Amino acid sequence: MKENQSLKKVTILFAGDSGDGIQLAGSQFANTVALAGNDLSTFPDFPAEIRAPIGTVSGVSGFQINFGSEEIHTPGGRPDVLVALNAAAYRKNFPNLKSAGTIIVDPAGFDKKNLRLAGYDDEENPLNNKPSDYQFYEIEVTRLNRDAMKELDIAPRDRDRSRNFFVLGFIYFLYNRDVQVTLNFLDEKFKHKPSALEANRKALMAGYNYGDTIEAITRYRIEKAKLPPGKYRNITGNQALALGLIAAAKKSELELFYGSYPITPASDILHELAAKKNYGVKTFQAEDEIAAITSAIGASFGGALGVTGTSGPGMALKTEALGLAMMLELPLVVVNVQRGGPSTGLPTKTEQSDLMQALYGRNGETPIPVIAASSPSDCFWTAFEAAKYAIEHMTPVIVLSDGYIANSSEPWLFPKSSDLSEINPPFRKEAANYLPYERDAREVREWAIPGTAGLEHRLGGLEKEDKTGNVSYDPENHELMVKTRARKVAVLAKDYPKTEILLGKPEGDLLVLGWGNTKGAIHVAVTQALAEGLAVAQVHLRHLNPLPDDLGAVLKNYKRVLIPELNDGQLVRLIRDRYLVPAEVLDKIQGKPFLAEEILFAIKKMI
Amino acid sequence: MEATEKLNARDFSSDQEVKWCPGCGDYSILKQMQSVLPEMGIPRENIVFISGIGCSSRFPYYMNTYGMHSIHGRAPAVATGLKLSNPDLSVWVITGDGDGMSIGGNHLIHVLRRNVDLNILLFNNQIYGLTKGQYSPTSEVGKKTKSSPIGSLDHPFNPAALALGSDATFVARSIDRDPKHMRSILAAAEAHKGSSFVEVYQNCNVFNDGTFLNFTDKKLKDAYILHLEEGQPLIYDEGKKGIRLNGLKPEIVNLEDGASANDLWIHDSKDPTKAYILSRFFDANFPRPFGILYQEDRPCYEDGVVDQIERAQAVQGEGDLDALLEGSRSWEVEA
Repeated sequence: MKENQSLKKVTILFAGDSGDGIQLAGSQFANTVALAGNDLSTFPDFPAEIRAPIGTVSGVSGFQINFGSEEIHTPGGRPDVLVALNAAAYRKNFPNLKSAGTIIVDPAGFDKKNLRLAGYDDEENPLNNKPSDYQFYEIEVTRLNRDAMKELDIAPRDRDRSRNFFVLGFIYFLYNRDVQVTLNFLDEKFKHKPSALEANRKALMAGYNYGDTIEAITRYRIEKAKLPPGKYRNITGNQALALGLIAAAKKSELELFYGSYPITPASDILHELAAKKNYGVKTFQAEDEIAAITSAIGASFGGALGVTGTSGPGMALKTEALGLAMMLELPLVVVNVQRGGPSTGLPTKTEQSDLMQALYGRNGETPIPVIAASSPSDCFWTAFEAAKYAIEHMTPVIVLSDGYIANSSEPWLFPKSSDLSEINPPFRKEAANYLPYERDAREVREWAIPGTAGLEHRLGGLEKEDKTGNVSYDPENHELMVKTRARKVAVLAKDYPKTEILLGKPEGDLLVLGWGNTKGAIHVAVTQALAEGLAVAQVHLRHLNPLPDDLGAVLKNYKRVLIPELNDGQLVRLIRDRYLVPAEVLDKIQGKPFLAEEILFAIKKMI
Repeated sequence: MEATEKLNARDFSSDQEVKWCPGCGDYSILKQMQSVLPEMGIPRENIVFISGIGCSSRFPYYMNTYGMHSIHGRAPAVATGLKLSNPDLSVWVITGDGDGMSIGGNHLIHVLRRNVDLNILLFNNQIYGLTKGQYSPTSEVGKKTKSSPIGSLDHPFNPAALALGSDATFVARSIDRDPKHMRSILAAAEAHKGSSFVEVYQNCNVFNDGTFLNFTDKKLKDAYILHLEEGQPLIYDEGKKGIRLNGLKPEIVNLEDGASANDLWIHDSKDPTKAYILSRFFDANFPRPFGILYQEDRPCYEDGVVDQIERAQAVQGEGDLDALLEGSRSWEVEA
């Protein structure tokens, strides 16, 4: 008889070589627990190299998932369970494991060669010297999986490729999860490759059955989470972002044009959109980052919703064109899925260090609205909102996402299309008395599309004369136009909802103010601090430019303000500059998201 | 607006004062454009001029059509996005030797290989005019300018050869001082479906006056200009000289000295090998070809984009937003 133990939540880290199929196994596990009704959050973490040196620590790929019967806000801090397919994965991740955690290893990954590649000294093998208070499952994955492949017609070099599914099968058994979701996935993925289908199915079942066979094993049961009722799906940030753009195009009845140059970690948005041609989406893989944005500007001039997506280095290349888009006053959404910088930096790691670039990184006075997504599913709402502002206010809008939320996934209570707000493009139809730069009360000019008779006009990057849009070098006109364009962006704040105190009281000792991907970790930390009786609160910024009109009043109700950021202190400067409050930063620049415990520690230090 | 056939050159002239230097070759190009467009029968609202930065790039401001004066070098990319979003438009890219071949060289070669249906006019004056006289990527080696006081070291681009090397489907050359020729080339460029690359020799009378003297001076030009006419032998210098192909090697023959006109190279703009050889008529040894060097029919990019969308919609049906939001693996959480 197996023992069954009930858990509220658990964090598992799948780790192995980057060629071991860790990301695939992890995302399958995520889909399965999502469908089983758990709340979850994932964190994929992989090297920048496609085939990093095999067996080395730098080549380790990891997929962490935190799932449970309660609300989940982060991918979990320190994992409860580490699955290490080789010595390097063990070496890299063991120090982060929770004390008394569970470790699942394949001894084949700890042979002489693997130990050496992982940097262990001769004769040193962690499996021979297991830390005593951890629970070890030493499973001969490679050997058992080869046994399972025996009767299949499969090349020797391919027989180990399904090891990830063997491990996945075992984990399914351990956590009482159904294999059916993954079997269906395999059927679909390998419908034209029957031998691969058979191998992976066999591996999955062999792993599952292995769990059933071995003695003295504790299985875990995690009940469904009590989530708000409705229909859910699992979604990553990049998927959600692509969907948000398509939804905005549908609601505005515009064609979506996405110009992009492949760059990590934004390329998946291009992949998602390129596969949605039946939605009328036009994707254009441009020759460079500049062509990506300028083609999107051209598309917007032609009456489409022009969008471009990139990451920091690409954003740097787009800055001149951002200025043009602002001068032309055409709709444009620019997505920056941030990664570690500066320069090429850490392409596959996350960071929030492009905030200043988004706010200020252009020549001249070039105000552009900036909105940041705070979770994978929030990428949908952020993209949708950005497109709505861009279209209705005739302006470029920058969306900040980052590598962490772009690749992570979570269950999403997705909306119905009828729940989404309408988007109304300010088209100009009437030919008489058209002035290209005449504005409404919100300072928005009208959008006249080429092909419309009688509205022929010329746009350009040279300073415009008020109303007519003709080239003007007049000194007073220039000042008027700069101020007008600034006011046009500032007006956006009028559409914002009231700033919400997410946790805690509207006044107190400490406000933890965040933006972007830190929301979940701050939530967990502030919840804990409140439980410990501290007078702390949480506010999370979505709109970085313009800032909410009521933010200054909110900040003044707290004695101190703490701003956790994955950079060297960027929002904190903005807040100090704007509100003259002594805000303090908790910075982290390690290419990794915050752990809630790090924020909690900083909170306690400040109160 | 009145019917298109009633339009004339004045209808294409905007209300903006033209601010090129007096005597600039750009005036002639503008005038030819304004006079040839009414003959093309395209509704004015369907015409768009997109430019980059430089003297030539002020062009759109002077045309009473849709237009955009964009940023330096990027006009081909802007025009590509415009054409993809709105394939019915007649889109013209106005660029110069600096804008198109230096800062925007990348976009130019890519737009040509993709074969987006655009008309690209490269005003080549072999100098940077707007920044007051530095050498350009088409300036000759040894050119003395403010930025090359003892002579430029840069080997110049051969624009026609570059366009052919980028697999352009239409490559032609004209010159500001030959209005009739230019009008015929502009009309041919518009008629061609795909990227039409037209190099226009344009005199900058302030910073590089007379650089094309061989092709404009009455006494010189007959000896230096080779007018290409489809199906006709390559004859120049008032019928005195011709070009013959010896294998793939071009030779100048003197028709007055008994060489036979029957042996001459017959211009065939569909022949890529001959087009390449013509593009290499780029030094003093051979006359400079004017006219259509090359043209071919190749599917254009925006048609392919639209076709893929139509096929996807035919097979998968037009996308339903609710189905997209739900995805293939949703689940219900009960109240």
